[in-house]
Parts: sequence; structure tokens; C-alpha cells
Amino acid sequence: MTALETAAAVRSGARSAREVVEGHLATIQAREGQIHAFNLVTAELALQTADDIDQQVARGEDPGPLAGVPVVLKDNLCTRGVPTTCSSRILDGWVPPYDATVVVRLRAAGAVVVGKANLDEFAMGSSTENSAFGPTRNPRDVGRVPGGSSGGSAAAVAANFAPIALGSDTGGSIRQPAALCGVVGVKPTYGLVSRYGLVAFASSLDQVGPLAGTVADAAAVLEVVAGHDPADSTSLGQPAPALAGVLGQGVAGLRIGVVSELMKGSVDVDARVREAAGALARAGAVVEEVSVPAVAHGLSAYYLIAPAEASSNLARYDGVRYGLRVDGPDVTSMYGATRAAGFGAEVKRRIMLGAYALSAGYYDAYYGQAQRVRTLIIDSFAAAYQRFDALLAPTSPTTAFRVGEKVGDPLAMYLSDVCTTAANLTGHPAMSVPYGVGDDGLPVGVQVLAPALGEPVMFKVAAALERAAGGGGGAPGAGSGGAGMSTAGAGVAGAGAGRAGGRPTDGIVGPVGTR
Amino acid sequence: MTAGAVPGWDLVVGLEVHCELLTATKLFCSCRNAFGDEPNTNVCPVCLGLPGSLPVLNARAVELAVRVGTALRCDIRPSIFHRKNYFYPDMPKGYQISQYDAPINRGGWLDLPGGERIRIERAHLEEDTGKTTHVGRSGRIHQAGHSLVDYNRAGVPLIETVSAPDLRSADQARAYVSELRAVLVAVGASDGKMEEGSLRVDANVSVMVSGAPGTALGTRCEIKNLNSLRSLGRAIEYEAARQTAVLEAGQAVVQETRHWNEAESRTTLMRSKEEAYDYRYFPEPDLVPIVGDQRWQVAVGADLPALPAERRARLSDALNGVGEAPSPLRSGAGGDGREAVATLVELDLDGLVLGAVAAGADPRLAVNRALNEAAADLVGARRLDPGAFARLLAMEGDGRLSATQAKAVLAEMLAGGGDPVAIAQARGYQALTAEALEAAVDEVLASYPDEWSRYLSGDVKVGGFLVGQIMKSTRGRSDGKAAAAALEQRSRRSAKRPLPGESGSGKGRLSGKR
Amino acid sequence: MAHVARLNRLALSDDELDAYAGQLSAVLEYAADIAALDTSGVSPTAHPLPVGNVWRDDVARPGLDRAEVMAQAPAPEGNCFRVPPILGELA
Ligand SMILES: [Mg+2]
Ligand SMILES: [Zn+2]
Repeated sequence: MTALETAAAVRSGARSAREVVEGHLATIQAREGQIHAFNLVTAELALQTADDIDQQVARGEDPGPLAGVPVVLKDNLCTRGVPTTCSSRILDGWVPPYDATVVVRLRAAGAVVVGKANLDEFAMGSSTENSAFGPTRNPRDVGRVPGGSSGGSAAAVAANFAPIALGSDTGGSIRQPAALCGVVGVKPTYGLVSRYGLVAFASSLDQVGPLAGTVADAAAVLEVVAGHDPADSTSLGQPAPALAGVLGQGVAGLRIGVVSELMKGSVDVDARVREAAGALARAGAVVEEVSVPAVAHGLSAYYLIAPAEASSNLARYDGVRYGLRVDGPDVTSMYGATRAAGFGAEVKRRIMLGAYALSAGYYDAYYGQAQRVRTLIIDSFAAAYQRFDALLAPTSPTTAFRVGEKVGDPLAMYLSDVCTTAANLTGHPAMSVPYGVGDDGLPVGVQVLAPALGEPVMFKVAAALERAAGGGGGAPGAGSGGAGMSTAGAGVAGAGAGRAGGRPTDGIVGPVGTR
Repeated sequence: MTAGAVPGWDLVVGLEVHCELLTATKLFCSCRNAFGDEPNTNVCPVCLGLPGSLPVLNARAVELAVRVGTALRCDIRPSIFHRKNYFYPDMPKGYQISQYDAPINRGGWLDLPGGERIRIERAHLEEDTGKTTHVGRSGRIHQAGHSLVDYNRAGVPLIETVSAPDLRSADQARAYVSELRAVLVAVGASDGKMEEGSLRVDANVSVMVSGAPGTALGTRCEIKNLNSLRSLGRAIEYEAARQTAVLEAGQAVVQETRHWNEAESRTTLMRSKEEAYDYRYFPEPDLVPIVGDQRWQVAVGADLPALPAERRARLSDALNGVGEAPSPLRSGAGGDGREAVATLVELDLDGLVLGAVAAGADPRLAVNRALNEAAADLVGARRLDPGAFARLLAMEGDGRLSATQAKAVLAEMLAGGGDPVAIAQARGYQALTAEALEAAVDEVLASYPDEWSRYLSGDVKVGGFLVGQIMKSTRGRSDGKAAAAALEQRSRRSAKRPLPGESGSGKGRLSGKR
Repeated sequence: MAHVARLNRLALSDDELDAYAGQLSAVLEYAADIAALDTSGVSPTAHPLPVGNVWRDDVARPGLDRAEVMAQAPAPEGNCFRVPPILGELA
């Protein structure tokens, strides 16, 4: 059952929120031991909230558009009274005294938080193996990583622990795990969703966004959490975009570019992207290959800027006010011991890299130069968006890799983000939509990119891809077939997409894009 | 020792003055900006640096910064915030949000009361740190000293004003801080309370060979923890002497940061240049630029009250060159007219004097009474009606009140307001008419003919006796000065008309009806 | 490396420092492509989207409850946060 179907059933009284939550808690109970998607399952709180919602319905009140829908929060989103760890020992024992703005908004919409999802420590990683609490496994193949850093959120949705989840995306941390787990993941326009209460990794790149089984569910979550927040100075003035209405509009007349610089993944992944492009063309879009030259430097710029900001953002973990403290004879040794014990290897590596990029004598060559390259990338995309309404690319160059495969090689791990960092550097929206499987039978995600505040066109394209892939009807793992069914289904749909030209353009309805 | 007075050496000082802005809330959160509250009561996720919190700029702090910049004749420019990264327990985020290479106020100057113009390099916004209190070993057994941190002050808005190295003595440095404080108070940016830490000063001090070109500045040391004008002066003098001694011993001054220890009256090493911090400044990604808004800036500038320098100029003009005069203006202290004007402005009594002079009061008398008597009761003086003050001064000036009486009436006016004429009347200070004074003189001269003769023949000493008798005969309503004048006048007249009895009752036509 | 570790208050072993040194130079080598780019005349982007003058009114609001704040402190003392002696720490 999708989030929207669940909400409709709860609002109408057809199903109780308690029944819904109990169902998902049972799924968690059955499979969490194998997946380890959660740092914390808040079962009791969730049932209390569900009962509140059922009472609201009984009183004739509307609990909101996500009434009774279980949601999983990445454990770098602050939750009042519920520990928030960032999968780091350094936040040991910390209980935030406040809720992140997105959490406030989700609750107000009737969503029910069922737990806090595992992540790469402080969102630094692409496999969710850099967690102080152990790795999360990919529900499609537990020998594989779920991607990261929002791997817990993506795995939770893929395993149907909840139909929706929130993640954070600094260099691909929502989209890449979504792709590897075969779910939808959205990185909204920078500033569209409040960062207040998201524990910062790299402030100028971080953005909170939804993961969901369907494009429509992701849109529904984004509509709830987006919109101006006075507590975040980088929050845009815009209200939340209206997305539900665009999903069925089709892509006829839209100009869509396939980014040639990003078509350098594995052969099977690139093939799915080309098939997706073909499906859009058959649905009436004008599809061409486009060069966005500066995008080739995205990963380099990202791996200087993000660690630099991180080195500063993580300076507050000093053992004085909250979290872990390892004492020492003087304050300097206390700091050193606390931070050495509290941070994992990857976090230390990025702090070192970032501080180096900012340090006297190197600032201009590294951080300064990366910020100038960022301008070049923005200009490069601006040129592409003169000619195109949206762009396509792989989300990840490969399907899910094996647990442990890249742990010893940081650079190889960083290369997982090669297709995703550009959207963080530009601040533009991008999302990953499942589209078939790779040669290994594991999900492939196609990335849809759009200009700033281009969420409506991005979702329009994503919905068309979902239809072409035969998805969208239910959450992965929902129904009788379980998780494996969804993978197989997507595979069939991928093939189906290849045959779509021979079929009537069912599902492609509505007027030409409104841009 | 007087700073800068070591022969052969010139002192060069530049100051960084941190001023807590007079806002209701902190710079980046809505916690109260208040001094003296219970520890850790004015804190929130933002100023505690809790994970996930984000800063939002206080518009009033920006407005106050623009007011300060306007007053200091700065170029007010689009600006951004940077992070200054370093660790200290009173800094909750591990970085201070400050302004670096794009500060809101650039350039500018401050004119000192002595006439010197001190260049201002910048006046930028930044956040204050919390407060660390060291707790010694004592009181607890087997426990090393430790520190306690209170974050109430963390995030309080500061404006840091950085002067060029234009100051040449400890006195001038004090005058600069004093004038800057007056400007900050005048524009509403500060309460000026150095004793509460509202104003804190770091001094960059160097010495150079006398007469060397300005480009040959010596190696400087930065002195921190100067929290009073007294500490500032003493620390600069100490540091000048220390550096001079180092140089005269043929050694080189080492660039370092030093701490002023008030109790020991000396500066001590905090850190050397080799240890100097690498602050890794970079643009604060959680905040957006403050972009120019010319109309708003003009409006803020137009709204500014008169600044101390303008007030001094206005008062000087009104006193008609009194400011240039050498000095009977101020009793004692050896100040000159310029100092009197500066003091009146500093005490916020220039309005009283200006108002009184405009109402016809004698400028000199107005300045004297304001500085000597009114200043003793500043609260009363600041609410004193200048018109009433002028009427009092007129009564004293034309002799209706003796100086003693005038001071008594003024004291009552300061305490409770009121009209000087009515107060004088109520006190029984009836005006002594010229006729009455003449009559008293007649009476005394008639009673003491011998003394009068001796006086006329040049025995000055007996004059004092006669004056005393005249005052006694008027029962204190004439003061010594008036009595002496009357006696002197009579003696001159006596040269023509030697008979006391003939001197005229119809002579004086001075006022004093009632 | 030791300097950078000290700047960040990370007490790292020599082995860790060596390992990081190698990994960081690999990353910096990879990132050398951007050093080669001609960016003269290109202004840096600190912010992905152009926004300015975001501020709030100077109106006080209640902060956090002190008991809740101090309950999180690793070493509370007298409603303050206790830290070991501040010796070489630079301000
Ligand atoms: Mg400063
Ligand atoms: Zn606060």
C-alpha cells in the first residue's frame, strides 16, 4: 500500500492508524535483524501517535495529508526527546531538546515516526558502512550495501518498514541509496526544504528530501516538508510546490537532455538510462544528448568543499555541552581524546582533508578554486537549461556493490558520487527513479535533473519514467510478492519500457509541459 | 613613566574595541541579550551550538552597525559573514561567526576632542563568546583547578572597531576609547558600561625610533584583556617600556599576544607568533549576504542624533570663542576652555548651557555653574529647564542674588525643579537694591569715620573690615564682592566729594523692584 | 598532517597520521584536475542560490529550560559546564 493509499484509508476511517503502524512494526520485527536499517525503532511512541490520529479521525478531524503514514527519519534529523546519533559515538547519549522543522511538519501532517534510520556517520559515506552501529544491508541482496549515506532510510523503504522516509543529500546521499535499493529518492532545490534541525555535514550542499516507493508518495512528502522556514536563513521564500497535479501530465513536448559527461558508468546502467530516454521520447518528449562540460569537475570540487565545511561543522563536538567526553588533564587533551574516540575513521579523514583545504597557504588553491569551479558548473548547467527542460543521467555508476568491497579504498568509494554531486554544487533539484535492473539483477536508478525550483517538471518526467518502468502502483515489497517481486517486476518493466514504442501511449495524457 | 616619552623612541598604538550592541536579543538567535542573569538561562539550540541549529541575523544589530558606521564616516558596503575556526570552551560551535574580508563598515575616522583625527580601518559585526570562570584548587580536596562555562553571553552581538595605528601615547589611546564610547552611546549602539564588559579593548603596541618614517613601524605585540581606561593606559605604558628596554638592550621585540595582568601590573605572554592560530576563515554558509540598501542606509544616517564632536563644536560656537579662551572657566584642574566644552558634552550638560545662553545667560557664568554645581547632581541637571537656569544666572549676574545664594537656589532647583525667583523669595533672599546697599554703606561709613579716613588714605587692610561691616549691615544679602565694589566706588567718588553724608540716595537705578 | 590534526583537536596516532597522509594525497591528486582549470575572472560561489538580507526582528523569545540543557552536560557543575584547566588553549 502506498503512503497516499494509506492516508486515504486512515482519513476515511477504512483503516486505523494503529492497524497500519502495527503492520509495519511486524515487518520490521521480521526483517530488521537482517537489514539493520534502524538505529532506533520508536515502536511505543509510534503506537501512541497512531492512537492520537485515530482519535482525531473519530472526532471528525482531519489528521492531515499523511494521516497514519509510518515514516522513517534519517538519524541526523533532530527529534525532541528521542536520541539523535548521526551514527556517531560522539553524540553518545544526546537527546535533542527540539524537533527539526521537517519533523514538525511531518507530524503536523499526521505522519507517524517509527524510527531513526542508520546512516554513514554524519552522512559521510556512500554505503552506510561508516556507521558506529554497524552497516545496513540492502534488502534486495543482503550481501550488498544499500548505498549511502541515507542507506538506512532507503533500505527501510525498500523493505517496506515504512512507505516513506526522510534522508539528507549532500553529494548524492538520498539519490544513490534510492537507486541501489530500487526506490525513489529526491534531492530538492537547495533552500526549498528547511535545514533547521538537520545535523550539518556541508551546509551549502545539504538538503533534506524524501525517499518513497513511488513518485507520487515522494511528491506528497515533499509538499508537506517544503516551504519557507524563518529558522533557516538559506530557506527560500517559496511556498511548497504543488506536485500532485503534474504527475499525470506527461512529457509530450518537453525537451530532455542526456548528460554525456555522466554516461560513463557501467554498461548496463548506461543502457538503462538510454532506454529511459527512449521511453520519454516515445512519450512525446524531445530527447537529445547534451554536453555539460564543467560537470566533469564536480566530484573534485565536491570533495574539497564538502570536507572543508564539514571540518568546521564538526568542531562543535568537543565534549563540553553534550555527547561523549573523554576526560584529560587539560582542556586540549580532553578535546583531542574526545574527538579521537568519538569520530570514526571516515569522519576524521574528511575533517583532515577539509581543514587542509582551508588552511593558510592552501585556501586559494583548494577551497577557493573549488568555489570558482562551482561557478563554472553552475554556468555550464545554465547553458544546458537554455535548451532543455530537464536532464537525465545515471544516479550511480554501478548497481549496489558488495559489503566491504570499497571500505579500504576511500577514493573508490568517493567515485560512487560521480553522477550526483553536481546537483548539490549547483543547488538544483535532482531525483532518482528506479528503472529496470542491471546485469546482476539489482536495481538501477535513473537520475532526473532540473533547474532551480524545477521540481514540477522534474516530477513530471519522473512520473513518466515510473509509468514506463511499470511501477508506481504500490510500494516495493507491498502485496504478496515481497521485496523480490518488486525487483523482478522492475526488470520486466525495464524490458517493457524497451517495447513501449510498439504500444499505444497509454498513461501519456494531458497537455504539453507548462514551462 | 610617561608613555612615548622615552627619549629616542616613538610609541605606536592601534586599538580593536569590541562593543556589545544594545539589542534586546543575541546576534543570531532570539535569546535575551542581558548582563548579570543566572548562568545558562539565556540559551537556546543556536547559541549553545547544538547539532542542527542555524543562525538567523538580528536586523537591529545590522541597523546599529550602520549607525556606527555612519557616525564613524565609514564606507558602508555589502558584506558577508565568515567563520573563524578555533577551539575554546566558551565558543560553542568551534568557530566564531565574524566578518573578515567583507566587513559592513570600511574606512572612516574619529576626531578626538584634542583635534587629532584617528583613522578607522573597519567596524564589523561578530558574535561574543560565553564566559569562562576559573575555579582554583582551593575549596576542593585533591582537585586540580578547572573552569566553568556560562553561555549567556555567547552570541551577543558585538561591533569591533579597528583603528589604524595612529595613536601615539597612552593618553591619546584613552582619549580615543573615551570618544569612541561616547559615539557608540550617542548612536544608541552601546550602554558604554566598561565595568560590565560592554566595551573591551585589545591594543596593538609597538615602538619605533623617533622620527623614523611611518612605514618603519616596529614589531608589534597585541595586548588583550583591557577592560577599563585605566588598564588600557597602564598596559600601554608598561608595554612601551618593556619593548623599549628590549630594543635598547640590542634585542628584537618578538611578535606575540600578551595578556594584561591588572593585579601584577604587567603583561604576560599568551602566545607567540609561531603558535598563532590558523583560523581557516571561510564564508559562513548558513548565512546570506547583507546587500546594500542605499535608501535604508540614508534613513538610518538621517536618524542619527548629534555626535559628540558636533555637540562640542556647537557649544564652542555658542560660547563665542570661550572654547579658545585660556581658562578661568574651570576652577581647579587646570583645564582649558576646550576641556570645559568636552566635559560638558561628556556629562550631557551641553544642552543646558546652550539653552541658557540662548535665553540670554552669560556664557561664562553658565559654564561655571553647570560644570561646578549642576554637574554635582547630573540627574537633576539633565532635567533642569534651561530657561529657569538662565533666569537664575541673570539674578546672580545682576546682583540680585549673591553667589552663595545663587548656589543654594540652584541646589534646590536641581533637587526638585521650580522657578528661581520663587525659590529665592521663599528662602528670604530678598533682592538687595542698589539703594539699600548704598544706605548700608552710608551707615557703616558714618559709624566708622576713622577707618574710612584710613581707607581713603590708602590703608587697604582696613577695607576688609569695612566690607565685613557692610555685609553684616545687609544681613548677608550682599556678598563680599558687591560690598567691596560699592566701597571702592564710594572712595573714588570721595575724591570729588569727600563728605560721606552727601553721597546720594538717589544714585542707583539698578533693577531690583520687589 | 600533525599540524592539521592539532588544528582540529584530533589526537591521532602516528599510524593514523601516515594512513591519512596517503589517502589525502590520493584524493588531492584526483582533485588536481580543478587546479589546472583557468578560473581567472570567475567569482567563487559560496552559496548555490542568490539570496540576501535575511534577518529577523529583535524580539526576545524564551530559550531552553536550563534543567533540560544541563541534563545533557557531560560534566555539569553549579548550572555551568565544567571543563578541565585551560592551559595551552589559545583564545
Ligand atoms: Mg574579532
Ligand atoms: Zn540563543
